[in-house]
Amino acid sequence: MSGQHTLPNLPYAYDALEPFISRQIMELHHKKHHQTYVTALNAAEQAYAKTSSPKERIALQAALKFNGGGHINHSLFWLNLAPPASEKKGNGGALKDGPLKSAITETFGSFDQFKKEFNTTTAAIQGSGWGWLGVNPQTKRLEITTTANQDPLLSHVPVIGVDVWEHAFYLQYLNVKVDYLNAIWNVINFDEAEKRYLEAVGGSKL
Amino acid sequence: MSVLSFARTVARAPRALPRAALSLSSQARFQHTLPELPYAYDALEPHISGQIMKLHHQKHHQTYVTGLNAAEESYAKAQSPKEKILLQPALKFNGGGHINHSLFWKNLAPTSQGGGDLPAGPLKDAIQADFGGLDALKKKLNAATAAIQGSGWGWLGYNPTTKKLEVVTTANQDPLLSHVPLIGIDIWEHAFYLQYYNVKPDYLNAIWKVINFKEAEARYID
Repeated sequence: MSGQHTLPNLPYAYDALEPFISRQIMELHHKKHHQTYVTALNAAEQAYAKTSSPKERIALQAALKFNGGGHINHSLFWLNLAPPASEKKGNGGALKDGPLKSAITETFGSFDQFKKEFNTTTAAIQGSGWGWLGVNPQTKRLEITTTANQDPLLSHVPVIGVDVWEHAFYLQYLNVKVDYLNAIWNVINFDEAEKRYLEAVGGSKL
Repeated sequence: MSVLSFARTVARAPRALPRAALSLSSQARFQHTLPELPYAYDALEPHISGQIMKLHHQKHHQTYVTGLNAAEESYAKAQSPKEKILLQPALKFNGGGHINHSLFWKNLAPTSQGGGDLPAGPLKDAIQADFGGLDALKKKLNAATAAIQGSGWGWLGYNPTTKKLEVVTTANQDPLLSHVPLIGIDIWEHAFYLQYYNVKPDYLNAIWKVINFKEAEARYID
């Protein structure tokens, strides 16, 4: 814990996810919001390293969790998005036949049913937070779950995460969260998701 | 101050929240409605844009009202304690959203109607006594509000036990219950993002120009 986290580069241009997520949102989200978590995480870790008092360390936990979670969550997020296949810009939104597709169908009945459940659960978050598709490490089954604020997903192995903090969509979708939740499926990087899924069900580590 | 008398204060807002609605065991059906803004949507410009005010009022607050009515109807129909408990989050979230936003519209005012102006009087004196002046209060309230980790509200509240003014925050749409709300600042991103983007401090500085101190004083005197 040396307090030297850095903002990861986006694997695509800021406008690459258009028309589903605007360039303006991607720029602010990456360069401002995520950067702020990185900067503050470094500051919190440095403060933590300087003190040996349990009380001071406990007092720093909130900052570590919020900024550490923000850094973890957004780092996962950029990777689980990709330029849309529908615009012939990449593989975003294309769920190929394979273990992930089979697992989704087997668990939820169909991809559409999964999407419906995921979006309903995520839209119902009362405040800021994230919707997740994750692997339950005990049962190895796919489950939909949510985390509040910037809490990282700890109970499951994250496969797909969707940010529903208002900064993630408001400039483009205004208050109409459901439109954002429908649109984002066009830019979900299912190849990355499948990689995470296989690692989660194959490996025996938590 | 008891929760009921606090509710009476809130209920003074037009159709805001009838007192009995806060009693979760009430069997009566209530039809909460969206209170009207006491000013035009663009009246708080340039500090808060007309676009934000319109969405905030017609979409966000309306959704809480609609959600609250639905939750209360379900609650009235619920048979078992378990069913009722399951409805608590919806009642708290939407009820809190309705309470908070109803208070919010009234604690804002166009500069032409006194927004941003703290008149001499009991509130000004209390702010001087408990914070050392308006600037000190602004600094403290802004810092506390900006530090909220997620969505929520910053409040200047009156602590009925210590009889002092205090800065407090609530998460998400939790209503302020521990204090009498005098001034509330919405820090959900929908409250400022279209105009201020990620620069929360700019919003927090600007909003003081449209804070309705006369309303705050009325609540304080109460």
